[in-house]
Amino acid sequence: MSTEQTALPADNFFNQGGKGLMSWLTTTDHKRIGLLYMYSIAIFFSVAVILGLLMRLELIAPGKTIMEASTYNKTFTLHGVIMIFLFIIPGIPAVFGNFFVPLLMGADDVAFPRLNLMSWYLYIIGAAIALSTLVFGEGSADTGWTFYAPYSVKTGTNVSTSVFAAFVLGFSSILTGLNFLTTIHRMRAPGMGWFDMPLYLWSTYATSWIQILATPIIGITLLMIIAERALGVGLFDPSLGGDPILYQHLFWIYSHPAVYIMILPAMGVVSEIIPVFSRRRMFGYKAIAFSSLAIAFVGYLVWGHHMFTSGMSGPARIIFSILTFLVAIPSAIKVFNWLATLNKGSIDLQPPLLYSLGFIFLFLIGGLTGLVNGALATNTHIHDTAFIVGHFHYVMFGGTGFGFFAAMHYWFPKMYGRMYNIKRATRAFWVTFIGFNILYFPMFILGLEGMPRRYYDYLPEFQGWQVVSTVGSWILVTGLIMMFVNIIRGARKGKPAGDDPWNGYTMEWETSSPPPLENFHQAPVFKKPTYED
Amino acid sequence: MNETITSHAVHRDDEASKIGMWLFLFTELLLFGGLFLVYTIYRHLNSAAFANAAGELSVLFGTINTIVLITSSLTIALSISAIKNNNAKRAKIMLWLTLIFALIFMINKYFEWSAKIHHGLFPGMEHFMSLPPGEGLFFLLYFFMTGLHAFHIIAGSIFIAVVIAQLNKSKITQDDYVLQENAGLYWHLVDVIWIYLFPLFYLIH
Repeated sequence: MSTEQTALPADNFFNQGGKGLMSWLTTTDHKRIGLLYMYSIAIFFSVAVILGLLMRLELIAPGKTIMEASTYNKTFTLHGVIMIFLFIIPGIPAVFGNFFVPLLMGADDVAFPRLNLMSWYLYIIGAAIALSTLVFGEGSADTGWTFYAPYSVKTGTNVSTSVFAAFVLGFSSILTGLNFLTTIHRMRAPGMGWFDMPLYLWSTYATSWIQILATPIIGITLLMIIAERALGVGLFDPSLGGDPILYQHLFWIYSHPAVYIMILPAMGVVSEIIPVFSRRRMFGYKAIAFSSLAIAFVGYLVWGHHMFTSGMSGPARIIFSILTFLVAIPSAIKVFNWLATLNKGSIDLQPPLLYSLGFIFLFLIGGLTGLVNGALATNTHIHDTAFIVGHFHYVMFGGTGFGFFAAMHYWFPKMYGRMYNIKRATRAFWVTFIGFNILYFPMFILGLEGMPRRYYDYLPEFQGWQVVSTVGSWILVTGLIMMFVNIIRGARKGKPAGDDPWNGYTMEWETSSPPPLENFHQAPVFKKPTYED
Repeated sequence: MNETITSHAVHRDDEASKIGMWLFLFTELLLFGGLFLVYTIYRHLNSAAFANAAGELSVLFGTINTIVLITSSLTIALSISAIKNNNAKRAKIMLWLTLIFALIFMINKYFEWSAKIHHGLFPGMEHFMSLPPGEGLFFLLYFFMTGLHAFHIIAGSIFIAVVIAQLNKSKITQDDYVLQENAGLYWHLVDVIWIYLFPLFYLIH
């Protein structure tokens, strides 16, 4: 190990800026903060995966298998809260955004480094509050991650604490978005105009705007839930003049744009990877850049499609349905541009590209089933069924999750200066990909047949597909373990990767791996990349 | 905007600080925006009850507080033009005046709130619970929104106190006063929100 270490450049950020835990906990280096996020997110992700495994195990047979109904309710709530607020929303922006937004634009850090560290502390505090609900009172919330009133006001479980955790995490998300927006506006290397920016920066830009403009709404809504639970004044109680449906509106005004906070960064990652591994210029650069902004804008106006069966006027439902179809257009523009880039390219099927292709395939299924949800007639049939669960796992896990893994495999040699084992990574991909489909595809069938979501019990005729799905969860977890073991081994013992192992086009590959403390040895100047080398 | 400076040369970027502050103000506006939305819908659903409940509020108190806050906006603006003219002493006096106006606002608020609480109108109190449907919502929103606003007054006052401390240490000067400008921006936002709260709660009957 020591002989290999000497091959890494000595002036990298692991050596510079102090050693030991305290130097990491007080760092303002965006690269170290990105890694702090990555390690903490990996822990919370693993916890939520285990919760998901337990839920699947409960569903292997009808009736009570390993847990009571109330435990199951708490489990899916905590699984949702951790996955949504602690993994998917911060995931790609906080880990790879922090590490690579400055590197991609040739800057030495983000605009507000201390604020950046504060965001991480808010994240950790929020996470601690969320997990503390497990150990006191009547246990963690059992409302689902949506905290719908009136149940969230009436249940005895620790809803107020969970909701407050989401509030703190929202603050962290806002500050990260604010930091990136300012960084992109002010810190691009000389010569880099807006349309010279790598597409990952465009998607980060769009994401950050949504973070800033949507998150405060959920913040205030969650405070209203706390006020209602503490004072009991009928804010969402019709007998006192309130309206429970208004809570759903307020919740989704944030939470629908939030799904674009989750998916846009993954789309940005894929837009970085595909040109590099097909040795071609990105097809339709501006179309991809503008479609990110279009998704951010239209995505703000579609929240009503979560409530087609909650009692909305006919015209409102039709308008929300049309807008929902509209938001599919910019997503499809991206998919066609990625495919057009691959067309006639000289394709090098390395793990990052495999994960990106996995992303496209799974996101396609997720996106098309989203249209099934968005149509008024079919929505009535599949509302609140396992079909919805299948749909959003295809979009969120198949999309954002695989985008996260793609980014991890693409930028890993830059972050650690070492390379993981390519063969093992490829093998892990296939196991993960196959396990994923066996786990989630049966949910579409179950949903169409009428299996409701969030039920710990079911009729015997559903058991066949439930067993298939549970077996899929075991395969998927096997693949995830293979992937993480390979990545951790690579970080410790991998061969030095060199500065630019993939022949990348963007500025992060110009500096050494791992980068020095201030990122570049000389202040870089942006040059337009030459493709087809 | 100076686009030619490289990121390595710059460790202070006033433009970036101001962009950051404006973005933060957007989030504040949207935070209150959610409450304004709830207010609008509930006023529409319970218009008679809201009009009735609004009669309980004292227009005199509200008007005095509005004048106090608008004057404090003037003093903080004057403090910024003072530091631009390199008059740190006058800048400090104007900031102290702003803090005094903030204090007057809070004292007023204290008397106003305690009068309401004395009448049992705070959410959860006995009289509150016996109010007709809709009136309770009005008072809940009144306490929630003016309370959140008062919280912002306190936060803004702390911000101003920090600026005064920096002025005392001569860390804010004629050439470097972006922190003071940001405090001014924040204070103006707090005022603007009050300008909307005042008619919504006190004037519409």
